[in-house]
Amino acid sequence: MNSILAMPVVFPLFIGIIMLFFWKHRSIQRIINALGSTITLVLAIYLTWYVKTSGIQCLYIGAWKAPFGIIFTADLLTMTMILVSAIIGFATSIYSLGTMDETREHFGYYPLLQIMIMGINGSFMTGDLFNMFVWFEVLLISSFSLVALGGKRSQLEGAIKYVILNLLSSSLFVVGVGILYGITGGLNMADLARKIPMLPNKGIVNVMAMFFLVSFGIKAAIFPLFFWLPASYHTPPAAVSAIFAGMLTKVGVYALFRVFTLIFVTDVAFTHTIIIIIAMLTMLSGVLGAASQMEFRRILSFHIISQIGYMILGLGLMTPLGIAGGVFYIFHHIIVKTNLFFVSGVVNELKGTYLLKKLGGVLKLYPLLGLLFLIPALSLGGVPPLSGFWAKYTVAVAAVEKGEYLALAVSLFVGLLTLFSMIKIWNEVFWKEQKAEFAAEQQTLRQLPKFKIAMMFAPIIFLAAITLFIGLNPEPFLNYANEAAHQLLNPSIYINAVLGGAQ
Amino acid sequence: MRSIILRTMTMYLLPLLLIFSVFLLFRGHNHPGGGFVGGLVASAAYSLYLLGFGIDKVKTIFRLQPIKVLAFGLFLAASSTVFPILFGKPLMTGVWYEHKLPIVGSLGTPTVFDTGVYFTVLGVTLNIIFTLFEDKE
Repeated sequence: MNSILAMPVVFPLFIGIIMLFFWKHRSIQRIINALGSTITLVLAIYLTWYVKTSGIQCLYIGAWKAPFGIIFTADLLTMTMILVSAIIGFATSIYSLGTMDETREHFGYYPLLQIMIMGINGSFMTGDLFNMFVWFEVLLISSFSLVALGGKRSQLEGAIKYVILNLLSSSLFVVGVGILYGITGGLNMADLARKIPMLPNKGIVNVMAMFFLVSFGIKAAIFPLFFWLPASYHTPPAAVSAIFAGMLTKVGVYALFRVFTLIFVTDVAFTHTIIIIIAMLTMLSGVLGAASQMEFRRILSFHIISQIGYMILGLGLMTPLGIAGGVFYIFHHIIVKTNLFFVSGVVNELKGTYLLKKLGGVLKLYPLLGLLFLIPALSLGGVPPLSGFWAKYTVAVAAVEKGEYLALAVSLFVGLLTLFSMIKIWNEVFWKEQKAEFAAEQQTLRQLPKFKIAMMFAPIIFLAAITLFIGLNPEPFLNYANEAAHQLLNPSIYINAVLGGAQ
Repeated sequence: MRSIILRTMTMYLLPLLLIFSVFLLFRGHNHPGGGFVGGLVASAAYSLYLLGFGIDKVKTIFRLQPIKVLAFGLFLAASSTVFPILFGKPLMTGVWYEHKLPIVGSLGTPTVFDTGVYFTVLGVTLNIIFTLFEDKE
């Protein structure tokens, strides 16, 4: 009964539609959204367990056999992403209950959120390259609306940059897909993986690989295609930028992992060397960009970029440990980064600003909030025993094994600078005394309704607990990542699972 | 500018266009037509009426909120894709009623999907048009 594979995609769609029936009833939408994301989370956990125990699963949509119809394929990498997207969707739904303003809720914030989650899950699930493009569009269209919803000047400015660069990326994607189809006559990924090694003209395969690298690279915000990210992610409300920061760029990273382990593996010496070089530059430019920023969410946005570098580095190494490290890194990073954006939202809620200059003295008033910031922040910097340490450690060991000492040096240096940035936020926001002239507008936690406080802190504590759990108990997660890497590095497993009947 | 010619013609055109839109909807499976065009024609019919009589009059003959129509259409379309699961078939497989019906022809999940598209298009278009006209008046 493989139709359950489609549930992470179909279920959010239904939640979204049902909320449309209650367009004018804000409170009903809030309840449906929270319940719906909880059910999605349960579904995702069940599916992950199912795929883990019984191998790669395929769903032939409309009963059209591969490679002719569209298929949904779930291997361990897919399930990692689905699971983490469900976790983040759940956390964001709860956090939105506490922080989202009424106007946005009136204009369809919750339906848009669910449709975006549907698009995200769809692009993870699909086993067809063109279908992946369609899912990208689904998630982009709803994310465009989410960025622009509210219509403040800075938001629209951010939204325009975001829209234009993502449209450019989408058109490159379509061009690449078109050429690929023209040459191989198929778009099913497993089918492509079988056909591409047989092509006589190796040069054109590399050209196509570059189309996909640039297109997914824009979405994943790699060097030098990342400029849209810090320009737009700090403009929407905290809940929106948190789910964007966590999930959206990682859709690009997932797509890179998929095509560069399955399809474009004929000339690894060329393509994956480029990926390693890009990874190093991405890490450096992200972390250096962050060092010069003085706004809470802009610093965090630049750190997304530098962290993407680590994941791509794992992919570029193309060793079992490297890929495993990359997968582990994605999982850890999404949770940590979303959590940091949540914390920034709470600080903004209390102090009314994101500017480090105006902030200060949070630790004295709210030591718990300080602790909740430290857990993801130190994890991001790679301090043991938190999850980030194991992620960085795995990637670093993989780099040593492959003999990429330069990449190792860069990644360690960047880790240090990440810590520096986090300590900068710590000093400015939590430690130093707030200047008296900025202290006027703030409100204290006691003034806020109890429900709001609970809904703001619950997801932060939830995600911090996951970070701690991974950090103190990394073994099962690393084993899982190793299995996922094993599947990714042996495309024949994937191909047999998809085309088994059709060969 | 409420022209008398437009008003008179619309009285006759509105039902004709609505019937025609349903005809297009059911014709669509194997011939030109389908839910999208049908929905556009239906919304064109209401738009004509709106131009002739104004927004308040349209709301007396189209009493639903367009967004509910949209939601209903989406729900219909989405349900038709999960319906085959009840029969143990994969998502989006066409399930057909074996006998042919008069007028409608073969009935199956693709027909339901197309009907969903019809209502979605109708809802979206009317939502846009109503919003534009409400702002003006």
